[in-house]
Amino acid sequence: MAYTEEELKKELETKEYEYGFYTDIESDTIPVGLNEDVVRKISKLKGEPKWMTDWRISAFKFWTQMKEPDWSNVKYKKPDFQDISYYSAPKSKKKYDSLDDVDPELIKTFNKLGISLEEQKKLTGVAVDVVMDSVSVATTFRETLSKKGIIFCSISEAIKEYPDLVRKYLGTVVPFKDNYYAALNSAVFSDGSFCYIPKGVRCPMELSTYFRINQAGTGQFERTLVIADESSYVSYLEGCTAPSRDENQLHAAVVELVALDNAEIKYSTVQNWYPGNKHGKGGVYNFVTKRGICHKNSKISWTQVETGSAVTWKYPSCILKGDNSIGEFYSIAVTNNFQQADTGTKMIHLGKNTRSTIISKGISAGKSQNSYRGLVKIEPRAKNARNFSQCDSLLMGNLCGAHTFPYIEARNNSAQIEHEATTSKIGEDQIFYCNQRGIDTEKAIALIVNGFSKEVLNKLPMEFAVEAQKLLEISLEGSVG
Amino acid sequence: MELKDKLISSFMAFEEKLDLNSDVHNIRSKSFNYFEKNGFPTKKDEAWKYTSLEKLLKNDYRIFPKKVISIELRDVKKYFLYDLDTYKIVFIDGIYSPFLSDTTHDGLDVCLLSAALSKPKYKKVIKKYFNKIALKNDSLTSLNTSFTKEGAYIFIPKTVVSEKPIQIIHFSTGKQGKMLLQPRNLIVVEENAQVQIIERHQSLKSFQILTNSVTEIFSNKASHVDYYKIQNDYEDSSIIDNTYISQDKDSNVKVHTFSLGGKLIRNNLNFFQNGENIESTMKGITIIGDRQHVDHYTLVHHSKPNCNSFQEYKGIFSDRSVGVFNGKILVDKIAQKTNAFQQNNNILIDDNATINTKPQLEIFADDVKCSHGCTIGQLDNSALFYLRSRGIPKKEAKALLTYAFANNVLESVQIPELKNRINSLIAKKIGVNLGHDL
Repeated sequence: MAYTEEELKKELETKEYEYGFYTDIESDTIPVGLNEDVVRKISKLKGEPKWMTDWRISAFKFWTQMKEPDWSNVKYKKPDFQDISYYSAPKSKKKYDSLDDVDPELIKTFNKLGISLEEQKKLTGVAVDVVMDSVSVATTFRETLSKKGIIFCSISEAIKEYPDLVRKYLGTVVPFKDNYYAALNSAVFSDGSFCYIPKGVRCPMELSTYFRINQAGTGQFERTLVIADESSYVSYLEGCTAPSRDENQLHAAVVELVALDNAEIKYSTVQNWYPGNKHGKGGVYNFVTKRGICHKNSKISWTQVETGSAVTWKYPSCILKGDNSIGEFYSIAVTNNFQQADTGTKMIHLGKNTRSTIISKGISAGKSQNSYRGLVKIEPRAKNARNFSQCDSLLMGNLCGAHTFPYIEARNNSAQIEHEATTSKIGEDQIFYCNQRGIDTEKAIALIVNGFSKEVLNKLPMEFAVEAQKLLEISLEGSVG
Repeated sequence: MELKDKLISSFMAFEEKLDLNSDVHNIRSKSFNYFEKNGFPTKKDEAWKYTSLEKLLKNDYRIFPKKVISIELRDVKKYFLYDLDTYKIVFIDGIYSPFLSDTTHDGLDVCLLSAALSKPKYKKVIKKYFNKIALKNDSLTSLNTSFTKEGAYIFIPKTVVSEKPIQIIHFSTGKQGKMLLQPRNLIVVEENAQVQIIERHQSLKSFQILTNSVTEIFSNKASHVDYYKIQNDYEDSSIIDNTYISQDKDSNVKVHTFSLGGKLIRNNLNFFQNGENIESTMKGITIIGDRQHVDHYTLVHHSKPNCNSFQEYKGIFSDRSVGVFNGKILVDKIAQKTNAFQQNNNILIDDNATINTKPQLEIFADDVKCSHGCTIGQLDNSALFYLRSRGIPKKEAKALLTYAFANNVLESVQIPELKNRINSLIAKKIGVNLGHDL
């Protein structure tokens, strides 16, 4: 019998329904594609309350009305949103019996980074000795934290257990209407972290350093919410220096920080996702919305080291709402081969005597393109606002590009704004000087790059700084010609 | 009727009077098609993010002047640099005024574009240069191109050094109602030639006038061009100035822009470097108040090695004025050893003044020295205190400091008479009594 197109269409339609409605909850997978049912399903799978489901649905509805933005200085193939699976349980990674089975290239990198053997095993999915299991370490830390009243858990846990807190703050800094990817994230986010520091508490440890292994694999639509209550302090670390071979092409995370009166949040990121191969094939798209709001006398400090991803497009920002609040942004973005980065920050000064500092270092090598894009906005009410920005670019080779697009808007006569940008290359004389003293060219470059990025590296927590420094060296390996 | 519709019908009427078969007309109609398709820029265009034409375009402008109006020299003498012997090309409401002008064909051509477009002896030059660097994908430039009729034509042949500066002055009388003027200038400076040009747009009373001017400057090998723009008009006059400069090997072009008054001023200044060892200089002083709006939009495209560009823009903004600076430096892969510098300093005098600045660098070459700096601030309190402790009243001390802030841009002005003039204009604007001419 002839098989008509009509019939095929019908079959396809029913097929989708088949998967859409009858998938077993236990299997934890949702068919590829995105529609309202998928959003509902994600919410249901996670056992979320009704307000959360409604919020997701309204975000989704808004998203469908939006257009994908294209103003950035990056070129990439637009992702097909109907070709992504929006929910799957954390990927079960390949298990190896011993480290010998793991890709030797990866091990080499780990060794260079100085990652301990046990952590290496964890990262690559090798079965770990029970005694050395870092999970038990994690549990002890969790106890210490809960004694102080600090909540640190996954966001899905928080939605269930601390709905009041989540409901009060979720979407207040980055509303789902903010941008295309924030709307998408709000509709389909699978998991992420939640952190609450109570009044007057100083978090005794760098959050997430010890959890970094646990935190890995939270999926492509991550949602992070950090709340520092009055007079508290927290230093939060995200990401990992270890290269992660993530197969997800699109990462659209949202991070929201809330610093209440007199609080301080330090948020450090090291991102080293798969940048694609030497010919620019593959690699992760990293489209992240990160923003923090500062209330009176509070401070938010962003530090980021971006070395991975094929396309990075993100602007960790501060809304300086309260008087005397401080926003800081320290960034190193390294691009090599065919990587592209369009990153920077936004400092929105609303309160009186607000201050912001922007230090951005861009290093481009190979055929990569590296852009700084930033906004400093001083509103009329922000008396005596102060901003200092510095963006330096370092070019290696004549096939790469470095760009700066700073936007400065001042609406008040007591504002003081300074902006400086320079572009340079590594001087032949500098390399010659090193060579003369017995340092080979590769090492010399690493030395110079480290010096160039010192101001930012210094802002990273101690143990991270060491790793990040090595990471820079590795990222630029072979870029000297 | 919307201004755009009016322009469309005016263009048809304009076409009827022209030789439709000429090359220039081809250019005109092509440009008009572009404008018709794209219309006026809106705030949604990145390049016009901070400057809105919306209000200006609501006026019902006269596109072509109705009649020739003559003015007496004694009424307008103050707008000329009269203490200096110069060539002059003067327009009144867009129409050439032979009485006030002083043109020449002796060794160099200082005359009218309308003459150059129609006479066969200029055909070669027009064909080689006309509309060659003006952007084809800019709707305001296209609009000007499509209505190309009148303007200044300056041709300095090989190795000729123009001994007298050239003044281009556009007067608008306000006697014919609201006007849209679209002058078009073509300036060609051949090898080793030198010229100094002063351009001024001046209304004779306060009325709604919008000027959309396009100037193309070709600076050939080893030539020197010194260009000064004086924008000190009544508070209802607006100007969109599009200047395109193409530079050849070893040439040196300086453009100074003095924006001291007007309702809305937009300066699109584009430098294209097409050879090695080129020097490009852009300097500007902006001093405005009330609800005035000044927007400097500069582009320097470095496409050959070993070139320099230097930009220095200073702005002083009071009342509810708005200042915009958008500077873009583009360095191609091949343009090694480029040295590009850009500086934008601003002072906000009053609480309601606004500055939007966006200095951009786009760099594709590695062996370059590019930097930009941008500051927004106030007068130095300790300097103010120093002056006051020596018995200078606060108001005067402030004025002196403001004057000093702007003054160093003037240092590179090559014509002493002009320098004096600008100096006293600035002093008057700020309220400093110099007591003498510098």
